[in-house]
Amino acid sequence: MDAMTQLHEEIVMTADAVRQAVDRLAQHIQADVTQPQNWVVIGIRRGGAVVARLLRDRLTQLRGITLPIGYLDITFYRDDLDTVGPNPLVGATDLAMDIDDKHIILVDDVLFTGRTIRAALNALFDFGRPEGVSLAILVDRGHRQLPIQPDYVAETLETQRRESIKLVEKGTGEFVVVRRLRA
Amino acid sequence: MTAKRSTLKRKHLLGMAELSRTDITQILETAASIREINYRDIKKVPTLRGKTIINLFFENSTRTRTSFELAGKRMSADVVNISVASSSVAKGETLIDTMITLQAMNPDVVVVRHAEPGVHALLARHVDTAVVNAGDGGHEHPTQSLLDMLTIEDNLHRLNRKNFEGLVVAICGDVLHSRVARSNAIGLRTMGAQVRLVGPPTLMPRFAEEALGAPVFYDLDEGLAGAQVVMVLRLQLERMHAAFIPSVREYFKFWGLSRRRLACAAPGALVMHPGPVNRGVEISSELTDDPERTVILDQVANGLAIRMAVLYRLCSGRVVVEKEQMTTDATLKGEGP
Amino acid sequence: MNAEAGTLLIKGGRVIDPVRRFDATADLLLVAGKIEEIGRPDPPPGCPVIDATGLVVAPGLVDMHVHLREPGFEFKETIASGTRTAAAGGVTSVAAMANTNPVIDDPSVVGYILEKARAAGHANVFPIGALTRGLRGETLTEMGLLQKAGCVAFSDDGRPVMDSGVMRKALDYSRAFNALLIQHAEDLGLAARGCMNEGVVASRLGLPGIPAESEDIIVDRDIRLVSLTGGRYHVAHISTRGAVQAVAAARARGLPVSCEATPHHLALTDIAVGDYDTDAKMSPPLRGEVDRQALREGLAQGVVTVIASDHAPHDLDSKRVPFCQAANGVVGLETLLPITLELVAEGVVNLNAALAAITCNPAQLLGIDRGTLLPGRPADVVLFDANEAWTVDAARLHGMARNTCFHGRPVRGRVKVTILAGRIVYRDGD
Repeated sequence: MDAMTQLHEEIVMTADAVRQAVDRLAQHIQADVTQPQNWVVIGIRRGGAVVARLLRDRLTQLRGITLPIGYLDITFYRDDLDTVGPNPLVGATDLAMDIDDKHIILVDDVLFTGRTIRAALNALFDFGRPEGVSLAILVDRGHRQLPIQPDYVAETLETQRRESIKLVEKGTGEFVVVRRLRA
Repeated sequence: MTAKRSTLKRKHLLGMAELSRTDITQILETAASIREINYRDIKKVPTLRGKTIINLFFENSTRTRTSFELAGKRMSADVVNISVASSSVAKGETLIDTMITLQAMNPDVVVVRHAEPGVHALLARHVDTAVVNAGDGGHEHPTQSLLDMLTIEDNLHRLNRKNFEGLVVAICGDVLHSRVARSNAIGLRTMGAQVRLVGPPTLMPRFAEEALGAPVFYDLDEGLAGAQVVMVLRLQLERMHAAFIPSVREYFKFWGLSRRRLACAAPGALVMHPGPVNRGVEISSELTDDPERTVILDQVANGLAIRMAVLYRLCSGRVVVEKEQMTTDATLKGEGP
Repeated sequence: MNAEAGTLLIKGGRVIDPVRRFDATADLLLVAGKIEEIGRPDPPPGCPVIDATGLVVAPGLVDMHVHLREPGFEFKETIASGTRTAAAGGVTSVAAMANTNPVIDDPSVVGYILEKARAAGHANVFPIGALTRGLRGETLTEMGLLQKAGCVAFSDDGRPVMDSGVMRKALDYSRAFNALLIQHAEDLGLAARGCMNEGVVASRLGLPGIPAESEDIIVDRDIRLVSLTGGRYHVAHISTRGAVQAVAAARARGLPVSCEATPHHLALTDIAVGDYDTDAKMSPPLRGEVDRQALREGLAQGVVTVIASDHAPHDLDSKRVPFCQAANGVVGLETLLPITLELVAEGVVNLNAALAAITCNPAQLLGIDRGTLLPGRPADVVLFDANEAWTVDAARLHGMARNTCFHGRPVRGRVKVTILAGRIVYRDGD
């Protein structure tokens, strides 16, 4: 255990707050879904995958339609190879569906510099040519470095650059957002 | 939480002997994730864009060279192949000069195959570029071992196993001259498997048991008894001339793998071969073509993924991963279907 | 008034003359290049004095197995550089092996070497003639003529005499001149493509091995031939338990058989090959622990009577290649004394016996009047501090080559002054 890490950890969104935030996202999005057969939810590993799954489930409850869901691992599209670490953990990309001419709801947990989204868009276009892509974000923490803005945001948060904002699992199936000061 | 750090801090891959269980597990995991890229319509990711990989082959090997070349290209690296005729370096004097010359062009990784054991240790001492051992004489061939392990891992469910722990693997044939046997014996034992070495006494290293930690069998049926994985080694036909074995027909009769001999192994045992196969010498043609038992083509496919994972690993990371990052990764691992 | 050249008084040292087991604090007087007197001599007027307080004063060392590489391989070592590193190691007499180019199989080559050695003046060089012409193992060299020219023994070292018939004739013929034959005992068929000891390390590194039996077989065979012929036989760089046992048995039977061991075979095992370190590659290869122990016991029991360096210098390019392609051999003249003293510190042998193995014993085998401080003998003397600790550094050796297998090893025993025929040829720190 790293005492310092623990010391500076603070829950900024409880499990309930996360659920409510997902609900807000789903409410926003469902209003725009006119042709459900053309919509696909894609989560960015790893935090975005959780939000995507929760979001898809909520949309199913709200509209009684089950949108196809896929997962992207953007490790191989990152622009910071030299700082990835000597033993990068790579998740599987799982896009079983055809995404040509589909409308993609790209989902991530936290929007920060925008680099992850840039990488995800590149990855996405290696699989096909979607008709459009909307970006859904649980928490926008600011400090953008690229011209990327979300279409759906549940929460915005004032943060310091040096802080880390992450979605983590606390207990089975319970997700919270924590703020940590980087060492 | 303490970061799960690898013991592999240096940026070479010289042999399985230097990899810990964590290292191997991570490479297999990365390769398993990478594999999907090879089945896309657009089989290319930008990961190694701007990186230069040199395949420096002092020994002919179309398969291994092609595999490394494709691995680099599918990750967008620039790949250059250099084949050096073995005759011109018979005395080995130009070896370090060749390597230093290449290094002056600042490649990121040099993949080297050479007929002499220990060449990579020599090169790694004299140059800074990351060196990957693609086979050094009778010493090691780590990427072959890793791809073999990935293939075994894919089939563990067939063998009713969750991991390598206790898995019985028989490595059969010319163990003496085989870098594949040596790397696999070392790597599989690191992962907890029980390795056996099977072959004629003249093709077995004299101190195989002590050096490789695996019991030796001269009788194929005994060696196969209960084995869940059977790795058949290629017999170099020139061994005949050096009096290691009297004839091919005698070799096949006593140490060649056939469907009948395979009956001695565990039911459903997996048959592997590093290729290219000498049909009717170390393995029967019939068994080679049996998709139920042999996974030779899976090995080839996995070879590509393993080499992509290895190149990625060597090109990435000059700094240690932040602990907090690792914590989160571990927390959310396995999310999704 | 100046004293005659080669005149020197060495005061207050611990004088050891192994051949007569002399060991006492005394003064040693050298006059005109000869040993004059030990004890409390009266120096002639103007005699220069060296204070040897705290130092051992011993006969200049005799290394009966050295490759000087000249003529033919002057890019590895020359007679001048080889004898310079000898002097720095306290070695005043070296026996130079015949595998030069041209080979020492003709009296003219012997004359060339002796002349070069005299001109360099760092140490005495005693050439060893080839046993067979061109080291080909086929026809005998002119042993009589070569001996007259100055050869002190005969050897094809680097290669064995594989043909038993040729070896028998050599042993038989050598009796006419009471010549010593030195065998590089290695069955080439068994050694095959081997490049290190056949053991666990070789099996792990994937390197072809040379079994100990390749040495045992030739030594066994040769001893039978000695028994048949009565020729004087010496095993070079003995490295295996089997060979030591065979030599012990032969000596017990009174056969004229002897052997030498190298410092590296006495100190190291094949583990030193480590990660394909070509500076630990030599022929015969570093063996296993059982063999190393047998060599040390052989030394303790008087079976191994000589320690010789097998100084085999090589240029960098010969060693900076893949292990199997690397040249065999390590340099050893400057580590001969400290590694020998290590054996004393470890209780293998006492100091007198250890020094005998690098002074009088090899001198007697070669029939040369060196390796002792008996009055009237040439004044070859070494002064060393037996306790001074230092670390072997390849870059600081005095020869041309850097291929030592002892680089970085902490050792004790440092040569302070080397005297050749009463003349100082090396002084530590100069």
